[in-house]
Amino acid sequence: MFRPSWSWLFLLIPIFGVAWFVFAINEWPPLAGHWFPQDISAHGNIIDSLFNTILWLTGAIFVGTGIAMFLFLHKYDASYNADPVKYVHGSHVLEVVWSIIPAATLLFIAIYQMSAWANAKVLRPNQPALAEVTGRQFEWRIRYAGEDKIIGTEDDVFTVNDLHVPLNEDVVLAIKSDDVLHSFFLPNLRLKQDVVPGMKQFVWFKPLYERECDIVCAELCGWGHYKMKGRLNVVPRQEFNQWLANKRAEQETSSFTPPAIEEDDES
Amino acid sequence: MSSVTVDHAHGATHGQNAGWGHFVRTYVFSLDHKIIGLQFLFSTLLWFFVGGMLALGIRWQLAYPWQPMPIIGRLLFAEQGGQISPEFYTMLFTMHATVMIFFVIIPILAGAFGNYLIPLMIGADDMAFPTLNMLSYWFMWPAFLLIGLSFFAPGNGASSGWTSYPTLSAVKEAAPGSGMAQTLWLLGVTCVGVSSMMGSVNYLTTIIQMRAPGMTMFRLPLTIWAMFITAILQAFALPVLTAAGFMQLMDRSLGTGFFLPEGLIVNNSAAASGGGQPLLWQHLFWFYSHPAVYIMILPAMGMVSDILSCFARKPIFGYKPMVYSISAIAGLGFIVWGHHMFVSGMNPYLGMTFMVSTMMIALPSAVKVFNWLGTLWGGRIQFTTPMLFACSFVSMFVIGGLSGIFMAATPVDIFIHDTYFIVAHFHYVLFAGTAMAVFGAIYFWYPKMFGRMMNEPLGKVHFLLTFIFLNGTFYPMHILGAVGFPRRLAHPYHYETFQQTLPLNQFITWCAILMVASQVIFVFNFFFSIFFGKPAGRNPWGANSLEWQAPSPPGHGNFDFQPIVYRGPYEYGSPESDTDYYPQTQPPPDAKEGQGGSGPASHH
Repeated sequence: MFRPSWSWLFLLIPIFGVAWFVFAINEWPPLAGHWFPQDISAHGNIIDSLFNTILWLTGAIFVGTGIAMFLFLHKYDASYNADPVKYVHGSHVLEVVWSIIPAATLLFIAIYQMSAWANAKVLRPNQPALAEVTGRQFEWRIRYAGEDKIIGTEDDVFTVNDLHVPLNEDVVLAIKSDDVLHSFFLPNLRLKQDVVPGMKQFVWFKPLYERECDIVCAELCGWGHYKMKGRLNVVPRQEFNQWLANKRAEQETSSFTPPAIEEDDES
Repeated sequence: MSSVTVDHAHGATHGQNAGWGHFVRTYVFSLDHKIIGLQFLFSTLLWFFVGGMLALGIRWQLAYPWQPMPIIGRLLFAEQGGQISPEFYTMLFTMHATVMIFFVIIPILAGAFGNYLIPLMIGADDMAFPTLNMLSYWFMWPAFLLIGLSFFAPGNGASSGWTSYPTLSAVKEAAPGSGMAQTLWLLGVTCVGVSSMMGSVNYLTTIIQMRAPGMTMFRLPLTIWAMFITAILQAFALPVLTAAGFMQLMDRSLGTGFFLPEGLIVNNSAAASGGGQPLLWQHLFWFYSHPAVYIMILPAMGMVSDILSCFARKPIFGYKPMVYSISAIAGLGFIVWGHHMFVSGMNPYLGMTFMVSTMMIALPSAVKVFNWLGTLWGGRIQFTTPMLFACSFVSMFVIGGLSGIFMAATPVDIFIHDTYFIVAHFHYVLFAGTAMAVFGAIYFWYPKMFGRMMNEPLGKVHFLLTFIFLNGTFYPMHILGAVGFPRRLAHPYHYETFQQTLPLNQFITWCAILMVASQVIFVFNFFFSIFFGKPAGRNPWGANSLEWQAPSPPGHGNFDFQPIVYRGPYEYGSPESDTDYYPQTQPPPDAKEGQGGSGPASHH
């Protein structure tokens, strides 16, 4: 039996809330292309599946509390409900139950994700950096280590906003900033790291697909923040070597003088 | 006792001199907590409008990038043909957040409602330190002036984000808005801090010292508990922000180098000094600004608890667990600031620690939600306008709380940090949560403040439109976040990854425009009802707490009798009472004649 009540409005929350996500995840129109960008990294699926785990978990709580709220509001709407109110001040048992269950769940999520975090930010592959990426207003300057695999030597190769990396290999990049904060964000590799002036940091990943994609600056760096765009190109090793050699040849014949070599110790 | 009652029509009709002095003392430099509360309310509602306009500017650019802004575009940027420039865009989101956080949410909760409600709800005649109280309002004016001036400084206002991260903010040449505009911003925020500090000291003293006879701590309404805990948070966290603000000021003008590393060259100018660490600012800033998030939600939670219990006509479920969870949120609130810095370059081991504490803070929030649901269960729910806003607070806070778990998970945060997922999250907490609670609170306490009711049908239309359009505005931002759509980009669509999101952004913008437009109904209702609303009487909602036993509006000194408190504020539907409510001041039946324990009688 339909009874007009404000409670119906609150039923719309779980319905629409779930619908938005169902459309986006299944890429149904009009939300086609409105979910995660293609993941081309070896570690990205861990982050995505962690997101999905939390989405299922929170989704269940969202729907559960939403429905409970609707049912209570609907059943006890004073415009037709004349039953005496339940004169209760709480329940010790319930408080304990709804403290312990969420606490255990949250602790589980916390522990469950630690290894993913360690892999992303702590356990750097033991190899020299392929290149050094320097953020500055408003571009990414890239300096390849060259054949000697040491950054800061004669054979370094310089590019701007153009990062090529070899396919199916662990890649380590040294990242730093010349001026203000920037953030090195590779949406397709589920990678983000703020770059801080005065600090030298490393990021690492392993691309599994050949593809060209965006490098985004994700930390406000001034008026031109929006245009600080670079491109990442994942290519097979052979092609990468060829590209690097070509860049080096171009550099030899141009009048470009590399900046003074800094005394950075390479770890 | 009408002699102590301030007659509101009086001041203007007195003789010139006496009338003017009286008017100034009563309405301008007033020592009365209620007038000070209303001063805060009107000032913050005015700034709410400014902040809303700034938000529409942001939304216009995201929906129609580089297209002339309608109506005011030609006025503001005639030389650019009415377009928003990228530097203007950075100013827009910086000042939108600054205005909304420092001039609206914090002062409307603590300043307006804290001031108005604390003495009334604890049964005091005023605050412990009325002069300090007045100063806490008048210290907002230098802040208003400084931030107002910032709009006219080069760069049209501070533009390094409301977080003001160095080195962008600390080096004057780093951005168009990093010069004088940033200095004014820092001074303005410092004045807000001074004001809040004066307020919080006063609230703490008042609540501890000036409760009416019988008003034990565990008979306080949850609004007061929330204000109490909030005041503690402010008193302990604010000095850190103030110190950090001065450090940044000194880096900018005296050549210290707290936040500037060695050999820094920004935009072709060398920084005056070095040896500092940009991350230090972030730690200090968030050490205040994370507790500030709870300063911006706890009082709203308290007020919602009072409204829910009143219109469910039923005691609040789990009063003490509610108090403990407010305290737990505040306590944990001090050790979670690092979750804003997971990808900042902070030691990743530290990230793990902050992740665990952040996960744990979801727990007391969950307990509160369950207790609100428990309050609704088995009640007799009256869908008045304040109740609708309070219920929507609960369901919106659930969304904002649950989305927080995603970003607390450090590996997930790597992807969603600084995307629209975060924007969705904090707007669900602060707009869909706090602002909706504030609307509810205005509708609820308006009869006490002005002696008249606000119009109910208009209130419901206002609620319905706001509720629909706020969800249309903020919910799709979660989806944008999943795409990786970053915050603070003036033109994101030249990225291959984000170009398909333009239509969704236009949808969001139109919802935002309609949401702001719906507020016209509220403004009309607010001012119309001051003069033409239905007279309210003392207790129009049949509520229990002390303020409803005072006249509406209460005169100077608040109560026309000495309130004595016999019980907690949530005794709705008590079998001891012959009505379905049981005011805190009503003597128990053994003091009266033959009160039976029959079921609750009908309302009023």
